[in-house]
Amino acid sequence: MWVARKAGSTKDDAVPSRRAGWFRRHRTEILLAPIVLATVLLLWEGLVLWRGYPSFILPSPVLVARKFLVVLADGVLWYHTRSTLIEIALGLVLGLSTATVLGYLIAKSPRLERILSPYLVAAQSIPVIAIAPLLIIWIKDPNLSKVLICAITIFFPTLISTVVGIRSVEPDLIALMQSLRATRWQILTKLEIPGALPVLFGGLKIGVSLAVIGAVVAEFIGADRGLGYLINLSRGILDTPLLFVALVSLVVVAVLLYGFVSLLEHRLLAWKRIE
Amino acid sequence: MFATIPLAQERVHEPPRASQAMPLVSVDQVERLYDASSGQAATRALASTTFRVYPGEFIAIVGPSGCGKTTLLRILGGLLPPTRGKVTLRGEPLTGPRSEIGYVFQHANLMPWRTVERNIALPLELQHLPKEEVERRARDVLALVGLQGFEQAYPRQLSGGMAQRAALARTLVHKPELLLLDEPFGALDAITRERMNLELLRIRAAYEYTAVMVTHNISEAVFLADRVLVMSHRPGRVVCEVVVSLPRPRPLENMGTPEFARLAQEVRAAIDRQQEPALPG
Repeated sequence: MWVARKAGSTKDDAVPSRRAGWFRRHRTEILLAPIVLATVLLLWEGLVLWRGYPSFILPSPVLVARKFLVVLADGVLWYHTRSTLIEIALGLVLGLSTATVLGYLIAKSPRLERILSPYLVAAQSIPVIAIAPLLIIWIKDPNLSKVLICAITIFFPTLISTVVGIRSVEPDLIALMQSLRATRWQILTKLEIPGALPVLFGGLKIGVSLAVIGAVVAEFIGADRGLGYLINLSRGILDTPLLFVALVSLVVVAVLLYGFVSLLEHRLLAWKRIE
Repeated sequence: MFATIPLAQERVHEPPRASQAMPLVSVDQVERLYDASSGQAATRALASTTFRVYPGEFIAIVGPSGCGKTTLLRILGGLLPPTRGKVTLRGEPLTGPRSEIGYVFQHANLMPWRTVERNIALPLELQHLPKEEVERRARDVLALVGLQGFEQAYPRQLSGGMAQRAALARTLVHKPELLLLDEPFGALDAITRERMNLELLRIRAAYEYTAVMVTHNISEAVFLADRVLVMSHRPGRVVCEVVVSLPRPRPLENMGTPEFARLAQEVRAAIDRQQEPALPG
């Protein structure tokens, strides 16, 4: 509003661009976020100075930052991060593709659901961390076992959201498509996929966060690289600053993945925000 | 394509004599049972029903709720196979959905992720028609139902009446000969419903369709139809027919005439004669 009140404002000023509008709406958050972060870091630094903790118990943020620059420069951090990223990416591809296909078949066939559901419920009630050692024993290739563990963690949330999403498609819309003599492929691509997408994204958001956990679990148990391995290693050699660096990197990976999915959702489900 | 026709300029429409024309649709002793597979006795949704629809006719089907009106309409649309009996379209047996038949559902049934224009274009898109033709025909039919300016709107931005207009436009876009209307205006308020009824008649001037409409509303049935078929309680069947000889075009003022009141009373009496079925003991 203040722009419009300015004397002699040009037309461009009077109609703020979408980006400027977004900035104005979120100004408080944008300004507050760094202040909150800085406050937390200062309290942390203060705590370390006040209590005089040794760095292997609680390193100061300055020490962590210095360690971060060191491992960033010598390529160690990227080496492990890349390994974790590849596992997550392959695990996502494998987990998503199998879960959506099986979920679709279950949604379409009540008989298949009755046959499979006891096993699915049983399998879901076992924590991944409990079956991960088995997979490591059974599968020779350590990379494959890690990808598999990652895939299993995202399998169930995706499977369930696919079933719920496909079942949420309006039966009258299916009748409409049939009355228009749509092929099965047209019903899938023009009705079922777009119709299931809102629910599917809910599952996907949970799934990507779990994928990060799955990768770390796999790396904890048997690996010679990756951020999970780095955490384990730094604990063993009492390099707590390195442990913090690995932790922060994991958080960054998780946040970026979640952000990417949210962005995709924002784009594909733009119609949901129409008032 | 469609000419834009001002309101109340409905063309005079003479339903052909039943004896001289070949029926567009023949329904012969059609019955429908539900769910015989689960071990229980099958429910009879529709008892043996026979009637004809002649080209250019507007038929209204009224009856108590749950009498199988929608089941009958779904069978006519080829969406549901009859358990017994047969339906023919211009003499050929009906085995599934046909492009000559357009179905309008109880709810507007629009895809919320598509704009109005893209919803209306859907039937043509499914037939892989060239993009320019799809767009041109969608625009034409949008104008026909009075939705210009709402091309880029999403269904959730439309009122109930406008959503049902869009649904009607989607059905009209591929120019079906036979329009099946399943209580399309049942969820609308009385004034919007009347306006949509006028609209249905007005559109007939742009192109002549044959229609079978299921409705709860007796005055709607009398206002629109050439013949009103009355169905019995479940399992439903057509028990009587009221011929509506009111001349066309029919303005809304028709509803105030003694003749209209007499016909509506006749339909009401026919429905009332349908006794509640005794509960099975």
